[in-house]
Amino acid sequence: MNSNPYGDAFESSQRKAILSQRHRTGKIWQVFFLSSTVIGLIALVALLLTVLDKSFSYVVIEYKVDPATLANKPLVELSNAELVNLLETNLSKNRFRTLDRANTLTTRSHEDLLNLVYENVVEPRALASYSMSQWIFDNPRIRAEVADKYPQAKLEFRAWISGSFLIDPLSGNPLQAGVRTALLGSLYLILITIVVAFPVGVGSAIYLEEYADKTKWYNRIIQTNIDNLAGVPSIVYGIIGLAIFVRTLAPLTSGAFFGNEDGNGRTILSAGLTMALLILPVLIINSQEAIRAVPNSLRQASYGLGGTKWQTIWNHVLPYALPGILTGTILAISRAIGETAPLIIVGAATFITSDPTGPFSKFTALPIQIYNWTTRPQEVYRNIAAAAILILMITLLSLNATAILLRNRFSRRHA
Amino acid sequence: MTSQTNAENNIIIQAQDLSIYYSSFRAVKNVLLNIERYKITAIIGPSGCGKSTVLRAFNRMNDFIHGTHIDGRILYHGQDIYAPDVDPVQVRQMIGMVFQKPNPFPKSIYENIAWGARINGYKGNMDDLVESTLQSAALWDEVKNDLKKSALALSGGQQQRLCIARALAVKPEIILMDEPCSALDPIATLKIEDLMRELSVKYTIIIVTHNMQQAARASDYTAFFTMDEDRAGLMVEYGDTSQIFTRPHDKRTEDYITGRFG
Repeated sequence: MNSNPYGDAFESSQRKAILSQRHRTGKIWQVFFLSSTVIGLIALVALLLTVLDKSFSYVVIEYKVDPATLANKPLVELSNAELVNLLETNLSKNRFRTLDRANTLTTRSHEDLLNLVYENVVEPRALASYSMSQWIFDNPRIRAEVADKYPQAKLEFRAWISGSFLIDPLSGNPLQAGVRTALLGSLYLILITIVVAFPVGVGSAIYLEEYADKTKWYNRIIQTNIDNLAGVPSIVYGIIGLAIFVRTLAPLTSGAFFGNEDGNGRTILSAGLTMALLILPVLIINSQEAIRAVPNSLRQASYGLGGTKWQTIWNHVLPYALPGILTGTILAISRAIGETAPLIIVGAATFITSDPTGPFSKFTALPIQIYNWTTRPQEVYRNIAAAAILILMITLLSLNATAILLRNRFSRRHA
Repeated sequence: MTSQTNAENNIIIQAQDLSIYYSSFRAVKNVLLNIERYKITAIIGPSGCGKSTVLRAFNRMNDFIHGTHIDGRILYHGQDIYAPDVDPVQVRQMIGMVFQKPNPFPKSIYENIAWGARINGYKGNMDDLVESTLQSAALWDEVKNDLKKSALALSGGQQQRLCIARALAVKPEIILMDEPCSALDPIATLKIEDLMRELSVKYTIIIVTHNMQQAARASDYTAFFTMDEDRAGLMVEYGDTSQIFTRPHDKRTEDYITGRFG
């Protein structure tokens, strides 16, 4: 009888059958993993394509006064004096005087004057907009429809994501709107969030990992709560922020305490603090993970040389854990920059044209603008929302790239 | 017996009726051990007999293990190092340690040595200190042109000698070595043993080792530990290395060194 349960010979059919079965199982799993990746990739590409498709469009624009009839050359090429002249001849006396009184026209910049001419004289209105895919696949029908429905209007190509979109302030007219106000608001917000959350988060992580006695019940409760807080919906943090920062601490967050007249706590500072609160649990957990990964032999080496606990942490544990802590911070910030719900609760303005000037400014942020624009019925708003999404993604990418460069610098130094 | 009084005057550290507990478990019981200055004392014994635990008690490295406490006393120059007014940081500065696995800091060779000196308030010329300690550790010639390079680029044996140099830079009196050669090849091991011999002129060395040939080759005194039926470690015999390895008084020692046990 056969005494070897795996088969007699090296080349026996029994061995081969078992082996091929094992290989087959492996193959099936490999295919499963690959398809998961592919599904994710398809979703990502679909998202990007949709956004890109909407960022470029053919738009039907109707002018109150066709810019071509205003002057014998393009408006951009006109001098300041000619632009002022244009305003004077085309506007009512009262309107002209109001504009002049707000800010003397002759001293205004060329860009500013050009905007005034557009807003008050040309008054472009977007009647319809066709995304690139619609334009390409449905071209004859669109042309017929435009000629039929909007005989007065012009059909123009428009790249919504552009330099002027980035640097123009928000505007009621989607054709002239930009995201500067929202972008600055987002950057300011993230700055406050990092400045507050990073030291507090890393500090808590150091305490919990290096000092806290994990066998004590109260430390275990703290730990469990932090882990749970990471899963609390962001809108709940918004409500906390509203109650604490906007209302209770209004004298501080509105700047009234520092001599700011307006006592309204709906400021960029309140929002930043709320965001910091939101990302703290994630930041703490990630930092703890990084600190836990520091080999104990390193701590022992330090203690063995007569290092104190603080010297051990500051000189050895933290430098070793820093790349991991930075990775965690990147993840946390990525979450914060895209958060919308808490900002709505904390009271980000949906329409504001002035840039934030300090922590006590009223503000808006990119996700708020995107949300706001996508709720409008007109097609053009979807175009500027798409462009704003691209700006948000680019901002996120560049923030992450900075953090990754920083992290690599640190890991190289300690390798 | 005339040398006995002489030897007693030379005792630098002694364990008196030392028992060490991990929470309620008694890991080591009633150890009585006098360590003589400028000698190499080896602690040998089977796995789990508490050799390392005793060694780490000498510079209070057990403090970091939760629930550890001791009974009895450890006297360093007659001063109980577990007395409430003694700062363990100061104990560790005077009683340095070299670990089983080389554990240089992930920094430059220079910085590995300079760090300990700097935090302990060294005011002299750092370059000189780095050079002299590396020379004492027989590493200078190999690394003098690479002081700015990462210590992790060194071989295992070099790393361990760097760890010894690092310990010397803090100017300890005693150096504890916890199986310092167990991760090294025979040639690197011999280098460390030669180095220990050179260092014993100026330092007192206590070494825990699994390697009996090493204890026989490199030490002046040997303590043999084993464990009793409760798995508590105890010291069986302590004496001149030559006596322990040639004429052990205790049957258990003889069984261990002849390979019949352990």
